[in-house]
Amino acid sequence: MRRFSLFNATSLTLGFAFLYIPMIILVVYSFNKSKLVTVWAGFSTKWYGELIRNDIFLDAAWVTFKVAVMSSTLATVLGTMAAIVLVRAGRFHGRTLFSGMIYAPLVMPEVITGLSLLLLFIGIGMDRGVLTIVLAHTTFSMCYVSVVVSSRLVSFDQSLEEAALDLGCSPFQAFRLVTLPIIAPAVISGWLLAFTLSLDDLVIASFTSGPSATTLPMKIWSSVRLGVSPEINALSTLMIGVVAAGVITASLISKRTAVRQQREERAAERTEAA
Amino acid sequence: MRRLVLIAIPYVWLLALFLVPFIIVFKISLSDTELSIPPYTPTLDFSAGWAGFKEFLAGLDFENFVWLTEDDLYWKAYLSSLKIAIISTVLTLLVGYPIAYAMARAPQEWRATLLMLIILPFWTSFLIRVYSWMGILSQEGYLNQLLMSLGLISEPLIILNTNTAVYIGIVYTYLPFMILPIYSALEKMDESLLEAAEDLGCSRFSAFWLVTVPLSKQGIIAGSFLVFIPTLGEMVIPSMLGGSKTLMIGKVLWEEFFSNRDWPVASAVAVILLLILVIPIILFQRNEQKQREAEG
Amino acid sequence: MALDAFAPWEDPKAEPVIHFQNVTKRFGEFTAIDDLTIDIYEKEFFALLGPSGCGKTTLMRMLAGFETPTEGTILLQGQNIAPIPPNKRAVNMMFQSYALFPHLSIWENIAFGLKRDGMSKPDINDRVDEMLRLTRLEQFARRKPHQISGGQRQRVALARSLAKHPKLLLLDEPLGALDKKLRQETQFELMDIQEKTDTTFVIVTHDQEEAMTVASRVAVMDHGKIIQVSTPDAIYETPNSTYVADFIGDVNLIEGKAAAKDGDKLHIAWAEGQPEIIGTPATEFSNGQTVHFAIRPEKVSISAEKPETANALKGKIMDIAYLGNISTYHVELPGGQIIKAQTANNRRLSRRTFTWEDDVWLSFTDTAGVLLER
Repeated sequence: MRRFSLFNATSLTLGFAFLYIPMIILVVYSFNKSKLVTVWAGFSTKWYGELIRNDIFLDAAWVTFKVAVMSSTLATVLGTMAAIVLVRAGRFHGRTLFSGMIYAPLVMPEVITGLSLLLLFIGIGMDRGVLTIVLAHTTFSMCYVSVVVSSRLVSFDQSLEEAALDLGCSPFQAFRLVTLPIIAPAVISGWLLAFTLSLDDLVIASFTSGPSATTLPMKIWSSVRLGVSPEINALSTLMIGVVAAGVITASLISKRTAVRQQREERAAERTEAA
Repeated sequence: MRRLVLIAIPYVWLLALFLVPFIIVFKISLSDTELSIPPYTPTLDFSAGWAGFKEFLAGLDFENFVWLTEDDLYWKAYLSSLKIAIISTVLTLLVGYPIAYAMARAPQEWRATLLMLIILPFWTSFLIRVYSWMGILSQEGYLNQLLMSLGLISEPLIILNTNTAVYIGIVYTYLPFMILPIYSALEKMDESLLEAAEDLGCSRFSAFWLVTVPLSKQGIIAGSFLVFIPTLGEMVIPSMLGGSKTLMIGKVLWEEFFSNRDWPVASAVAVILLLILVIPIILFQRNEQKQREAEG
Repeated sequence: MALDAFAPWEDPKAEPVIHFQNVTKRFGEFTAIDDLTIDIYEKEFFALLGPSGCGKTTLMRMLAGFETPTEGTILLQGQNIAPIPPNKRAVNMMFQSYALFPHLSIWENIAFGLKRDGMSKPDINDRVDEMLRLTRLEQFARRKPHQISGGQRQRVALARSLAKHPKLLLLDEPLGALDKKLRQETQFELMDIQEKTDTTFVIVTHDQEEAMTVASRVAVMDHGKIIQVSTPDAIYETPNSTYVADFIGDVNLIEGKAAAKDGDKLHIAWAEGQPEIIGTPATEFSNGQTVHFAIRPEKVSISAEKPETANALKGKIMDIAYLGNISTYHVELPGGQIIKAQTANNRRLSRRTFTWEDDVWLSFTDTAGVLLER
């Protein structure tokens, strides 16, 4: 059995300490009674109370959530279509431009994407608000979705679709009844990725939103410029908690399914040997 | 027919919301600043037809770019972005490599958990992760409290609002981008290669240097690009952790746009940032392609 | 053999189920199928045999509808199938990878095609149960494909493709993923199921033993052309070319020239100082024409004394391969030619009759070999 060597154990401990201690401090101090964030004055949940009573934060949270749901759903549809085009459509005119436009937003600095979209919206005289943020978020997150989905489609056994056609499916039915259920996990993780990207985004939202719509990151940004605040600590703790719970549950579920599948496969091979 | 619709929908979307905006940025970078809204002229008036288009072309000029080369603020901002990006990439590599190495050498049943722990911060808000350092690095922050109570320093260190804080912030937020490709390169490595090297007379260290490092080269290159490219255009970290002296081009663009409302100059800054980024992006793509070909 | 043996290909009045008429298929520069004409009859178990890249899979995919011929026509019961998409064809295919839908249970996999036909619920139930019984999978109906063994998966794939009563069932290397022992058992099961369901089967395989075992007729393919179509025994005993002779089983090939005719016999001169080989030609050879004499090792006898047969050649044993049930002797003739001779090990031998470096006589009758032009 393999063990951790002293060197490896040390670098892992230091590495994870570096990654996690800042967030742990943040969480701990969100329960600080004092208004002075860096001085511990006893346990209290009062900043959570203040947060819930603060309409500005609640409004921003609601806008953020709306934008994230709409843009990630739209991005999942468009990104999945783009993935199918990339993997399956073969050659067509402008294919190089198309794949370029899929991959470019992944490495594009957000300031440029945000600036260019803002100039577009002004150029066509579109009022800035929730809709423009949704359009902007959809555009960059559909590229992430299509990368996730196309990497699954590449390894997809095409004879499954042929089998569906052979058994009487139209091409669309074959996609709906066979391909989609099988690539569903990739589509779902694409959606989750798009959702968190949208929740997270400050720069593009700042460029493309108008006075009518402020997202949570924008709100955090404007209060944080004034310095550390206990309310923001509480808000951050809530956001970290939600994400951690979600990711840990998802990975536990996928691990359990993988273990079960492995066990069942082994059992099946044993029955054959018997 | 159905295929055509399938291609057309994402294609048109990307053309309209990705490519066209870029062309607009190019166009505006060649316009003059005006105080009215939109704060630039000439605007392209489609109703004026060909004559309008010619007039529009005549109105374009490169003075914003000339202005960028004359005002040394921009020169400094570009150079300083480049410097910060290079230094933080090297720092991230130095911090990330031992972690990736230890993960790849960890017992098999631990690896999935370790990997998840590396990826988990990805899912938490970038903004919050950067923000968490403000409380640590400030003058009366936790780090200074700790060091002073240990008696290591008598005066609080000034870290927040300096370039040091920016480096810490970049290394912290981009560390997973460095660790993951190096880990996947090291994990594939056959450990008997090290045994073979030692068997042939290498010391532990020279075996690491002559075998492990070259075999993880692809991971190092990929990780470095993944840190370097986004860092170059970074805006949030220098604004939150850096001081007024921290110059980064993303931050300049943001201020040019939101504070000075000089859209043509902001657009010109964006165009040049893009041109600077094109080289590392192409190199990165080449490297990825080479690796794919090598793996067959 | 009974007189009413199944042989519709010999009946000039029989209508073929499948008729390929001068079919050519090109992929860019590459010609996968080259001007091919062939008939397949009802209830046949037809095997397409050939090395990989010979075009057999392309041929099958054209029948399934995944490829269309570049030239020529394919008729299914007299109807041109080129314009019919795969989902509208009364042809089903069993895929090499089985292509079982991993998200559906065994039952749902088998019912998949029936549901597409809009069959009523009770009818689907009956048909699926029937297929499960036929393939002995009743107790696995609720399982998912990953929960059953490789052999069971193979049977699910078969049940699924047979459920729709296809006029024609295509099997692409159906046994390729199974280990040798299971493969042999399954071959007989396949034949059994084919007989019970009265369906026409077309199987693609590169395994000649498999083709010989299951098929009523075998088509040997090479470079997009069919070299020979015949029953397994005819392919083995009377190959029409050295390619087929060499591809199916083990063979000794001797090249010579037609020397003299003697009634229905032909003398072949093949090496200086060696006696001419006497054989029975099926076709005319002119004097001096090149003849390839092909003879199976088991038809060559080996003895210490010169026997009284039409052909007897003297040589020296170079190698002996003891395979348990048979032994193969590699005998070098004075000219350097190696001839393989096989003997059945009918008795337990405590000592070998022949050993290395022994001088022996090889003999065969004048009807044992085949005379081929190419």
